[in-house]
Amino acid sequence: MTNTENKIGEPESLYEVRNSFSRRKFLGIIGAGSAIMATAAACKKNDTMSNDGVDLGSGDIGILNYAYSLEQLEAAFYSQIVMTPYSGISPMEMEYLTEIRNHEVAHREFFKAALGSKAIINLKLNFSSIDFASRTSVLSTAKAFEDLGVTAYNGAGQLLSTTTTGAAYLTLAGKIVSVEARHAALIADLISNGTFADTVDGNGLDSARMPGEVLAIAKTYIETKINSSNLPS
Amino acid sequence: MNLQNIISEIEKTDPEVYERLDTRRDTMKKFANLSGKIALAAIPIALGSMFKTAYGQTTNNVNDVLNFALTLEYLEAEFYNNIVGSPGYLSASPAAQNALTKIKDDENKHVAFLKSVLGSAAISKPSFDFTAGGGSGTGPFAGYLTNYTVQLAMAQTFEDTGVRAYKGQAPALQSNRTVLTKALEIHSVEARHASHVRQMRRAMNMAIPTGQVVKPWITLNESGIEFPPANSAIQKSYNGEENTSQAGVDIVGIGGNTFLDNKEASAGFDEPLSTQEILDIVAPFFG
Repeated sequence: MTNTENKIGEPESLYEVRNSFSRRKFLGIIGAGSAIMATAAACKKNDTMSNDGVDLGSGDIGILNYAYSLEQLEAAFYSQIVMTPYSGISPMEMEYLTEIRNHEVAHREFFKAALGSKAIINLKLNFSSIDFASRTSVLSTAKAFEDLGVTAYNGAGQLLSTTTTGAAYLTLAGKIVSVEARHAALIADLISNGTFADTVDGNGLDSARMPGEVLAIAKTYIETKINSSNLPS
Repeated sequence: MNLQNIISEIEKTDPEVYERLDTRRDTMKKFANLSGKIALAAIPIALGSMFKTAYGQTTNNVNDVLNFALTLEYLEAEFYNNIVGSPGYLSASPAAQNALTKIKDDENKHVAFLKSVLGSAAISKPSFDFTAGGGSGTGPFAGYLTNYTVQLAMAQTFEDTGVRAYKGQAPALQSNRTVLTKALEIHSVEARHASHVRQMRRAMNMAIPTGQVVKPWITLNESGIEFPPANSAIQKSYNGEENTSQAGVDIVGIGGNTFLDNKEASAGFDEPLSTQEILDIVAPFFG
């Protein structure tokens, strides 16, 4: 059963309320770390979430949840680096990676707070393809995440509504994306000094990716299935 | 072009123009002062933003924003064109020279790109005074061509200011999704430049105030630049960056994360500047 079908005959507000209720309830019981269990339990309970996974939602809320999902990924990744630094990490690298962790946690927690009851669950992540003991593995993944984040925010800006609230979210996305770009440039320089803007095209521009494209790339690291079909396009 | 004459002309059709502008008396004074210094081509921009203040969004359009962006890109491009090959630049390491050349190329591409988007609506390049002397050539950055330390301090400030400028304009571009996205794609490149220039300054320990550390991102409202002749002018590009509350959400300690102190909470988010704030910052560079 697809999620669109789920909503047939059911007001979206009701769906959202019920959805958030079951999420809150289960998170309250089993704790935030067991996101996948919460998902499974929620599916079992009302048998409506099925295989389509976590619904990001629609409109501006959907875009915020989309950003929240990416920030969850980044924050968890850098938290792991700080907990288990790669061998041979320099003091300056440790300082920088710790501060990036701080920024990403701030982004994640901001979205969680701003979304309130509309926030998606904590996603179950999968970092099994990353060797956290290896500088090369960690920094190349960091570069991929930061560059992905920059293109994601660049692409999502146009999807926000032109309401006053939507414009405010656009500014907020702007506040975050430039910090991601600062991270991206730093990580690129740590890998090879001087490559801070090697992503730039012939017009001197970074690129933009739409949510479907971004989530397809992020899927390697996100075990929880995400349903982005209700996002604005 | 005389600003007062223009306002007088408007007064004939809108007797309330002064009243509308009156809430921004300080801004008016700035513009009045500016009109003597600012290049002819830049005046429509200044006017556009002033009228935006007076009349809301009604007179604003995408081309105004793009021409505002183009003005800033002209400024950045010409700055890097001037310093690349200068004595100051030549005193730097090959890696530093390569980085500045790369940034120069990007800024010139931004100029070309914005001109191509604007077509015949593109404004001409104003003339600049990179000493920040408003045309006198004797401003606080006089001698910048021979001083690599000053060049990097200026580069950092221009890049960080550019980031804040694009961020501030984004909502005004929402009516055109393609243009908005292109502007965002420039915005993140300016942030990449800022990140690298900041790393260069830290590595060389150049003119950094006691007690500050220059990171690739902006901590609190710290400029990370100690250059007494221009400290107060430079500071304008960093005021407001100390913000630690986003959309009513206090970021300090959020989620029980005690490592999110004021410094970290401010550094995780860059802050926009308004058109007026940007014009105030760059005005001394027109001449």
